[in-house]
Amino acid sequence: MKKKIVQLRKKANKIRRLIIEMLSKAGSGHPGGSLSSTEIVTCLFFEVMRYNSEDPDWPERDRFHLSKGHCCPVIYAALALAGHFDMGKLWNLRKIDSLLQGHPDWRIPGIEVGSGSLGQGLSVALGMGLAGKLDKKDWRVYCLMGDGEIQEGNIWEAAMAAAHFKVDNLCGIVDYNRFQIDGHIEEIMGLEPLVNKWESFGWHTHQCDGHNIEELLEAFAEAKTVKQKPTVIIANTVKGKGVSFMEHVVDFHGRAPNNKEREIALAELEEIEKLMEEKDEQF
Amino acid sequence: MSNSEYLYTRDAYGKTLVELGRADSNVVVLDADLSGSTRTAMFAKEFPDRFFNFGVAEQNMMASAAGLASCGKIVFVSTFAMFATARVLDQIRNSVCYNDCNVKIVATHAGITVGEDGASHQALEDVAFLRAIPGMKIIVPCDAEETKDAVIAAYRNKGPFYIRLGRSKVPVIPDKKEFAVGKAYVIREGEDVAILSCGIMVWEALKAAKILENKNISVTVANIHTIKPVDEGFIVNLAKKHKGLVVCEEHQIIGGLYSAVCEVLSSKYPKKISPVGIQDIFGQSGAPEELMKKYGLSAEAIADKAAGTLQD
Ligand SMILES: Cc1ncc(C[n+]2csc(CCOP(=O)(O)OP(=O)(O)O)c2C)c(N)n1
Repeated sequence: MKKKIVQLRKKANKIRRLIIEMLSKAGSGHPGGSLSSTEIVTCLFFEVMRYNSEDPDWPERDRFHLSKGHCCPVIYAALALAGHFDMGKLWNLRKIDSLLQGHPDWRIPGIEVGSGSLGQGLSVALGMGLAGKLDKKDWRVYCLMGDGEIQEGNIWEAAMAAAHFKVDNLCGIVDYNRFQIDGHIEEIMGLEPLVNKWESFGWHTHQCDGHNIEELLEAFAEAKTVKQKPTVIIANTVKGKGVSFMEHVVDFHGRAPNNKEREIALAELEEIEKLMEEKDEQF
Repeated sequence: MSNSEYLYTRDAYGKTLVELGRADSNVVVLDADLSGSTRTAMFAKEFPDRFFNFGVAEQNMMASAAGLASCGKIVFVSTFAMFATARVLDQIRNSVCYNDCNVKIVATHAGITVGEDGASHQALEDVAFLRAIPGMKIIVPCDAEETKDAVIAAYRNKGPFYIRLGRSKVPVIPDKKEFAVGKAYVIREGEDVAILSCGIMVWEALKAAKILENKNISVTVANIHTIKPVDEGFIVNLAKKHKGLVVCEEHQIIGGLYSAVCEVLSSKYPKKISPVGIQDIFGQSGAPEELMKKYGLSAEAIADKAAGTLQD
């Protein structure tokens, strides 16, 4: 178990480095919410979810939908590491005629449905969940949302319906990094009391530290056992996590690091990696 | 022409909003978590009480705009064109337009030149959506100066307006005429072909005219800044005076300026018209200039189309 967690931590660090490199090459894109979701995505793609990268359309796969489409760099990095396409593709992010579009495109192996217009993803995931139930399948659906994103009314229509239809194969995750584009969530359009909102909509809720692999794995495991209700994991996170000058900084919601910033960020992440290696030896 | 100054139309919008806010305490502004990008933040800073940030919730924002307008407010509503039209179309139709509400939708980041964000963010159908709604007036300004004029005109004229702005800096167009809603004008006088354009395509059309000049083709360039109500008499006149007609727009060829021109001429002066626009497909990520080329919107593409109209 310990070993697995260390490996997942390292994987998350690797994903962070890919996000930084990919975005700096692209010259635009969204680091903040990609870095805050990194552990969530790492756990899903490298422990929780069932899929086959050789056969992305394998019918028995678990489904993942990135409702907050602007954070696609974290998914692209995970998909590349998982073998859905070759790593080289990452370096053409956002370039003309490239596979990896600025927002998820349905033609990318591993992407089920495109996104980018916020607030629709939980409904898309609900549809997948309903289809799974109709066909009596045991695969599950995971849907990653932003905290700013869930200000959209469409999310709450989906929330109401998912509970009504008892779609217990659906697990939503809110990346609760407390920031949107114009500033702090509670200043722009408050969400609190957030857990109560989901509960009153009929969902099973689970709060955790969204950067803590053990807590996340526990949350996903619990979600699998909940019957008759969808589950939402409220993951408390830090926007820009892992890069000192990006943490809690609104500007890095949608600005790519320049060359100098990339070097500093990569150096910091390598430092973290080194510390992990040292710790690893102690086990 | 080559040393025109490049300015953001959205900067002009933000500044004009502040001026209107100072002149009239009934002006209120709404945004949906994009106030920095749309420049409504400039108004928010000076008039925090009359600015409402709805968060990422455009439908609520648009229907609330109708409510504010019904109580006498002059409401400016802004977000990206994708989320200011498609996302809120029913709110615009049934709450704003059906009640003839004094709501001015000023959308930024329209068109393919949004660039790297890709197809999900490239509003290329927005004019088509809104043109079909009775009572909606639609303006696509060609530069920062015309944006200011359009915003002031929308403020002065009661009823719903849609003003479509882009993301990039654009050159200030020389030789513009005085702005009036619904009044198109000629920027450059020629004889053989007329290029009817709007928004950023006016600049491309002027460049195309230069290219054609070297081929001894004499080109008229017209700025049809108001797509609705479109200047019918003006269009018929141009059709009569020129052998070739080209319409260019940074929009699908279905439902935008090309359609508007076809609708006018098919009944008033039937004639062949060549479209330059997005050919019923989605865009993709890329640098704005690359995308303009790829999707056939560049000056060269316009020049080819224009020369073609003289051949058949
Ligand atoms: C419908 C819609 N409205 C607006 C936008 C523009 N937009 C992109 S990201 C964003 C803020 C999202 O904040 P959050 O969900 O908290 O994302 P995160 O912090 O996780 O990056 C906005 C308003 C959009 N993509 N879609």
